[in-house]
Amino acid sequence: MSEMPTLQSRPLNITYNIPINKTLKFWEGLKEGKVYAMKCKKCGKIYFPPSSDCPSCLASDMEWIELSGEGEIETFTHVIVRPASFQDERPYTVAIARMKEGVRVLAWLVGVKKKDIKVGLKVKLEAEVTPEGKVRYIFTPANI
Amino acid sequence: MRRVAIVGIGHSKFGVRTDVNMCELAFEAVKPALEDAGVTQADIPFVSVGTVGVWYEEPLPAVAIAEYCGLSGAGLVRCEAACASGSAAVNTAYTAIASGQVDLAMAIGAEKMTEVDTLTAVELIGRAGSYLWEFENFGMTFPAYYALHAVAHMHKYGTTEEDLALVSVKNHKYGAMNPLAHFQREITVEDVFSSHVIAWPLKLYDCCPISDGAAAVVLASEEKVKELGIDTPVWIEAIGYSSGTANLSKRKDYVSLEATVKASRIAYKKAGISPGDVDVATVHDCFTIAEILAYEDLGFCKKGEGGKMIREGETEIGGRIPVNIDGGLKAKGHPIGATGVSMVVELTKQLREEVKPASRQAPMKNYVALAHNVGGTGHYCYVTILRR
Repeated sequence: MSEMPTLQSRPLNITYNIPINKTLKFWEGLKEGKVYAMKCKKCGKIYFPPSSDCPSCLASDMEWIELSGEGEIETFTHVIVRPASFQDERPYTVAIARMKEGVRVLAWLVGVKKKDIKVGLKVKLEAEVTPEGKVRYIFTPANI
Repeated sequence: MRRVAIVGIGHSKFGVRTDVNMCELAFEAVKPALEDAGVTQADIPFVSVGTVGVWYEEPLPAVAIAEYCGLSGAGLVRCEAACASGSAAVNTAYTAIASGQVDLAMAIGAEKMTEVDTLTAVELIGRAGSYLWEFENFGMTFPAYYALHAVAHMHKYGTTEEDLALVSVKNHKYGAMNPLAHFQREITVEDVFSSHVIAWPLKLYDCCPISDGAAAVVLASEEKVKELGIDTPVWIEAIGYSSGTANLSKRKDYVSLEATVKASRIAYKKAGISPGDVDVATVHDCFTIAEILAYEDLGFCKKGEGGKMIREGETEIGGRIPVNIDGGLKAKGHPIGATGVSMVVELTKQLREEVKPASRQAPMKNYVALAHNVGGTGHYCYVTILRR
């Protein structure tokens, strides 16, 4: 049925301008090599991704805390088939790690052979500026 | 709350349907549903449409579909609950009748996913976790989200890649017996193992296809069932629902979908049944690991024993609880907004004992069936219990 006649629609390209006013310190922090989380001053809960309002006690009085970067892999996968906008990337490994502070982080894991990646692997969370100037955070193995 | 019955069902052929547009596809389900119920469009005061959209051209699909099917003028709403949008539409129509607002309503589920290329579809679905924190920098895909669950489950419970493959083999076996299924051929464990890796450990044959399809149901109050003279009404005994966090990083663990546990316990309690009373079930097997999680989270077996359940054939016809004997999302296809309605259509046929071929009919003891429909990676969950 793939040979059926179709009419091609007008193209539509959308780019969203996502406000980061309330999380600016996080994005600026990455440029300085720091990964920040947010902590509620009222109930003490820590949030990653950072949250400018506390979904637990509904307070909006939050403070930034720098994460130690120490974590342990809870699960991971190797993404072979990538989305359209990731076609320029080579296949990548995504991991979720539980950090020393109790929050979990999802990020790419680099600098370790596939056969050495296991649940329980100790990792370091690091801020990074890509050669294209994008800021992000990644995991690397802790003992290398 | 008033009792609500399913009195009409309709289902299009699922697959790559480049022969029809969105409205024409929906018509293939709407017309037989009306005919099955013995009603006309003028009799339907309320319509809910489950669809996610973005991969087809219409921004207001409920309006376009209603016009094309001659349903304009009825109360109308579009329901979005990701891959559980169809169940959300059934729930919305159910609620309209149960609350006493209307006596008759229609729920339509429809999705047209193949009007964009595959990698764009992978992109659009991948963005639907948490765009800013899990897609923007990390390019998560849905196979990858479920692969994270597979790795955690394999690590904790010793589930194997072969267990996962057996889910696909079973669902393809039944898909081959369902003329409406996207794929109608049997496969082997070897076929699964030799298919290319999508997001390790999930391979192509661990993943449901990107499909086009539509399904529709007509629901009625008890009074209306009598008035229409429906001889085999299938009653919606209960609908349980729950949700989970957008960010996967905020979940408690990766060996269970908490939304499934919560939704199913609500549904069991409302219906006054236990998992052992279920004669046949459709569960959300968007990826093979998802069916194993579903067995455990729905209470069909103990936590960690999902792999054993598939290995021992307990979810085949003749087993303890036949599951996805329409081919499941894996082989029947997964046009995401249509899936929840499609599950209800299939279970209605099972409860009416009118499945063709008869070899695909589950034996009935209690005349109780369960539909489990997950949206996203446990972002939404609906569990619907039907009884004849």
